[in-house]
Amino acid sequence: MSDAQPFVEIRHARKNYGYIEVLKDISLTVERGQIVAIIGPSGSGKSTLLRAINDLDPLTEGEVLLEGVQVNKTLPHRQYEKHINEMREHIGMVFQHFNLFPHLTVRENVTMAPKLLKGISKAEADALAEEQLAHVGLLDRIDYYPSRLSGGQKQRCAIARALAMKPKLMLFDEATSALDPELVEEVNLVMKKLAEEHMTMIIVTHEMDFAASVCDRVLFMDQGYVVEEGPPEVVFRNPKEARTREFLRKHLGDAT
Amino acid sequence: MLDFDLMLRIYPFFLQAAWVTIQLSILTTILGLICGSLGAAARLSRHGYLRMIGATYVSLFRGTPALIQLFLLYFGGPQVGIQLDAFEAGVIGLGVNIGAYMTETMRGSIIAIDKGQAEAARTLGLSSYQAFRNVVLPQALRLMIRPLGVNINALIKGTALVAAISVVELTYTAQRYIGSTYKPFEMFLLSGLLYMVIIYVVGKGITYLDRKVRLT
Repeated sequence: MSDAQPFVEIRHARKNYGYIEVLKDISLTVERGQIVAIIGPSGSGKSTLLRAINDLDPLTEGEVLLEGVQVNKTLPHRQYEKHINEMREHIGMVFQHFNLFPHLTVRENVTMAPKLLKGISKAEADALAEEQLAHVGLLDRIDYYPSRLSGGQKQRCAIARALAMKPKLMLFDEATSALDPELVEEVNLVMKKLAEEHMTMIIVTHEMDFAASVCDRVLFMDQGYVVEEGPPEVVFRNPKEARTREFLRKHLGDAT
Repeated sequence: MLDFDLMLRIYPFFLQAAWVTIQLSILTTILGLICGSLGAAARLSRHGYLRMIGATYVSLFRGTPALIQLFLLYFGGPQVGIQLDAFEAGVIGLGVNIGAYMTETMRGSIIAIDKGQAEAARTLGLSSYQAFRNVVLPQALRLMIRPLGVNINALIKGTALVAAISVVELTYTAQRYIGSTYKPFEMFLLSGLLYMVIIYVVGKGITYLDRKVRLT
């Protein structure tokens, strides 16, 4: 495998729900350490594209590759399960609604997957939980149940849970959209910290300010296409496409 | 007026019958839970033929009277080589019957768990079995305690049906003593009260269990 091989590559991704095409021939690459924001109106396919990267929403056609290995392989059920579980260990995901496990404490949320999949000892698990929770500033809530956390704390716990698997790539699906406005910043700060640590991230977001300040590239999607992409200063200040201008005119107005 | 004297004299015999009803209830619950788990697993299977078997089981046993099922097993069984005594036929007949209801209870509780839960587990790299076992099931079990309690409540009262195949439990015992006492009101009242006690205790147990494991 050559060094020129992209870190993440999406080739001719298409997806239909019945007759409705939600992704129409999307190809893109993401380099290691890059932070890419996907913006666009709701229904544009951005979440579907993100969820196709770890095959949570399988593509109808096309390929997703992580470090040259195809993620969405067509395999007999058992082999597919084994393959996709291995791939997903390297791809962390954070959801809009956190999806924390309500029957487990913060500590157990973070350590469940490493314990099951990496067979680490209890002492190692505790150390891992403490390390990851300190990282997101949630160490003082380690033995709380999720129901006792604020939205911002829940999302930081979800980020710690994903990071505990030591992923190479992190996917954020509108991680701050369900949060009260005053809680958005604490989650953004954690994501900025990850950016400084050169984590490769693909971020579906409605927050233009955040995309502009943190991301290396911005993709604008509409109706299943990537309409425009480029560095944030170009896409936000000087968009080429009329649809991008239209979208930004609506969204930059209330962003700040 | 009610013959309290008679009721006081005769109730020890009813206690014995109540013990039979309790044994029936316990065994039926165990068998029902086994059938329910298998049924729910089949109904939620990836394989179409298993889903069909599960659905057929549920519609067959919920779609016909439990009494007919008992008669088929106990009176019709010998005709096809199934020889069971009345108690065995009672447990198996009622257990398989309530299992069909429990199938739907369990399935309902499992599918009630937000899909995001399994998704989050899968994105961490857990297999579908691991995600079910560690994330979905522990939450679904908490959710199914109360509705399973409703099934068990129905089952306890349903054990009265086995009087019709001459199992000497509470209902049969009442009928039997009517023959010698000619006091149907007292006899049925006595067995009714004992059913109530059993159901009250079980109900309290279910409530306690539900409170204990509920996620706040």
